[in-house]
Amino acid sequence: MTGMVEKKGWGLWLTHVGLLAGIIIICYPLYIALIASTVTQADLVTPPMPLLPGGHFLENYRAALFSGMSTPVWKMMANSLVMALGITIGKISISLISAYAIVYFRFPLRSFFFWLIFLTLMLPVEVRIVPTYEVVAGMHLLNSYSGLILPLVASATATFLFRQLFMTIPDELVEAARVDGAGPIRFFFDILLPLSRTNIAALFVILFIYGWNQYLWPLLITTDPVMNTIVMGIKQMLPSGDQTVEWPVIMATAILAMVPPVAVVIGMRNLFVKGLIESEK
Amino acid sequence: MARVSLTAVKKSYGKTVVIDDLTLAIEDGELIVIVGPSGCGKSTLLRMIAGLETITAGTVVIADRVVNNLEPRERDIAMVFQNYALYPHMTVFANMAYSLKIAGLDKGEIAKRIETTARLLELESFLKRKPRQLSGGQRQRVAMGRAIVRNPAVFLFDEPLSNLDARLRVQMRMEIKTLQRKLGATLLYVTHDQVEAMTLADRMVVMNNGIVEQVGTPLEVYHNPATTFVAGFIGSPPMNFLDLNNHNIVPVPVKASLVGIRPEHLRFCPLGTGLCDAEVAFFEELGAETLVHLRSQNGEKYILRLESATTPPALATSVGLTAADKYRFFFDNNGKRLKSEDAPPSP
Amino acid sequence: MEKRVFFRNKWLPYLLVAPQIAVTLVFFFWPAGEAVYQSVFMPDPFGLKTRYVGLANFQFLFTDPYYRNSFATTALFSSLVTTISMSVALWLAVLADRVGKKAGRYTTLLIWPYAVAPAIAGVLWMFLFMPSIGVLARALGHFGYTWNHALNGGQAMFLVVIASAWKQISYNFLFFLAGLQSIPRSLIEAAAIDGASFTRRFWTIVFPLLSPTTFFLLVVNVVYAFFETFGVIHTITGGGPQQSTSILVYKVFSDGFVSQDLGSSAAQSVVLLLLVSGLTIIQFRFIERRVQY
Repeated sequence: MTGMVEKKGWGLWLTHVGLLAGIIIICYPLYIALIASTVTQADLVTPPMPLLPGGHFLENYRAALFSGMSTPVWKMMANSLVMALGITIGKISISLISAYAIVYFRFPLRSFFFWLIFLTLMLPVEVRIVPTYEVVAGMHLLNSYSGLILPLVASATATFLFRQLFMTIPDELVEAARVDGAGPIRFFFDILLPLSRTNIAALFVILFIYGWNQYLWPLLITTDPVMNTIVMGIKQMLPSGDQTVEWPVIMATAILAMVPPVAVVIGMRNLFVKGLIESEK
Repeated sequence: MARVSLTAVKKSYGKTVVIDDLTLAIEDGELIVIVGPSGCGKSTLLRMIAGLETITAGTVVIADRVVNNLEPRERDIAMVFQNYALYPHMTVFANMAYSLKIAGLDKGEIAKRIETTARLLELESFLKRKPRQLSGGQRQRVAMGRAIVRNPAVFLFDEPLSNLDARLRVQMRMEIKTLQRKLGATLLYVTHDQVEAMTLADRMVVMNNGIVEQVGTPLEVYHNPATTFVAGFIGSPPMNFLDLNNHNIVPVPVKASLVGIRPEHLRFCPLGTGLCDAEVAFFEELGAETLVHLRSQNGEKYILRLESATTPPALATSVGLTAADKYRFFFDNNGKRLKSEDAPPSP
Repeated sequence: MEKRVFFRNKWLPYLLVAPQIAVTLVFFFWPAGEAVYQSVFMPDPFGLKTRYVGLANFQFLFTDPYYRNSFATTALFSSLVTTISMSVALWLAVLADRVGKKAGRYTTLLIWPYAVAPAIAGVLWMFLFMPSIGVLARALGHFGYTWNHALNGGQAMFLVVIASAWKQISYNFLFFLAGLQSIPRSLIEAAAIDGASFTRRFWTIVFPLLSPTTFFLLVVNVVYAFFETFGVIHTITGGGPQQSTSILVYKVFSDGFVSQDLGSSAAQSVVLLLLVSGLTIIQFRFIERRVQY
């Protein structure tokens, strides 16, 4: 609808005002959090709340990163990074190869496997919390990276996405590769993988955010604070009851928890939008 | 280079028979064009030779080896696809090198072969480009280059020119022919375009509904069509057919039910004295010649080809049509050509 | 849809699907089976043995006022989250679409909350509304309105709704914007020539053409509100006060892990499983239809 009718004067001006209002509402909580992470606890407790950043940025962020409350935040961020990358790389790898098998081979049980993968859509972690916990505990995977990552690496969505993509790759390319002497493994690495590059990158962005933002699962299986991830670890910092806590440090932690995924979205906006819209097709 | 022979080859998908009992022998260094309408099984046949489709029954022999159960790469063939099937993420060089790399040739040999082929096809300046940076004709050439570098026993071309515009098609046709002569290669070429088939082929194989209607040199096929299908498919505009039930023509061979006459052999004659009468419906003036479209009373349509120098009768006039005896082709009711030996001697 | 060309290999395809299938079986189907199995058993009072009780756990569940309440809470919560986030997103998308190509500058500022974890969204909004130090809580205090979401169930609900909706706006915005941009401009221009005002054009042409997107987002938002808002609720209210923000997913968690009532938690898992299956089927039937458009 660009270049549309009546795009001038008052109407357009009001449009911009409306958008700015929306942006202010969306960004307000972030702004307040940023301010709160640069002032002292005293500044926060005595009204009015400051409206401009204070001078305690380094102090608060250093306190968060290197001492935190029970675990230093850098450690929790490292855990989050391992989990997010593990989930992302794991999901992409196993979905790529299973989609490859389903699209490019004919074998007994093929559609059975396809439906098995499809049905996982109906079984999000939230639905099978307790028994999944028991399974992981039974495998002695509590408080381990494998326990954080493995149960989350199956992905029907990613498998469908790659299946969809492979279906659009012309048959003649496979035939040309076969005539050229490429077997299935060579074809996968030499032709299919390079052709899926953009889609893999787009999915990487979406899955990294998904992995980084996991909350319930790490909450259940990381009982040892050293294994906490930042998104769930922040909950441990929050006051329970009337105890006083260092809000500037908590807010610094919240900002630190947001920085990696938000940076990914902003830095790779086009890939992100592509990934988001395609993974829902 | 090599001979290819197909014996009693059959292809079916479940109960649907796509190719039925096909036997064909191709000589070393021959350019064979397989031509037919879409869905006639010509591409399937080529893909069976390539090893991209399984062979339901019969044997395929390439260079004295039964290849029925061999993978494409083991058959010593190279293929050019209709949409070229170039690997979009590889440069022209990498596209051409891919099969050689898989075959385990050393880098120096690969570079040497590509250099030779690129020179042959005038592709030297494009070697570093990706397929999307090339024009249609250049891509086509790369696809051929990819086949040529391998130095295979047999080349298989599957409608390689159908994505090009008309002018380029004519030019590439000549290039392919010249190239094939130069390489002395055995080449199987599939097309639906009868002009392409006529101009390229040493011998052509006309297919319809999964069976071979006729095999022969282009002129043989043109002047001596074996069936009504071949007679109608080869030649443009197509042959005229007159139903013998509606026309009183003598002499006719026994069992004949149709007579076919090419447009260039049809002549005007006084009303009632020829094979039939018809009304002039419209003209197609093509410059060197004029195509006269005629319609008979019972709705049959004919086309008559006339030198432009000759003045045609006026529109909407009724004329008689005739042809010399030797240009009358008789067919039985199965569409099979009846040889003139079958005809009773003319009175 | 099938490929014409494929590779023939006896064992390779099985090897390729093996990792996905292994994870699926071990971490999805086995636990789901366990949930169904446990849902028909009940531990004895000492927690030493379990015995088969048939559908008793379900019966008990549906007579439990807290559980029935949780249904009502979930319904209220998810309809509020869906309505608020979708209408704000649609409003912003229409504005951004009117601005046209220059909207790129704005979109970055509108889409970043997608990357914020629900739990972090909870922390941000909780901080604004902390009764003692929160900026907005204090501002409300100035107007004589006492804010304390730790005591007031309605306020608690309001807060988790706002935090959850806020996070979801960016997602809806992107899809609405894509939907709007795919409407042929000629249609809008034709309506403008027919003399329809902007508002009229929106409701008679744009909105109906947007309905596939709207319906799709409706399902996605309900799924989001049901399952992905756990972090928001856990950080802000912990399901309280008096379970006033205990949506179904939260209750499975608290009954299973906090109260260790495994039979009930398993039965709740089964109920949720049926709900997700229903939503997935709706989503897929819809996608099937969308293909035909």
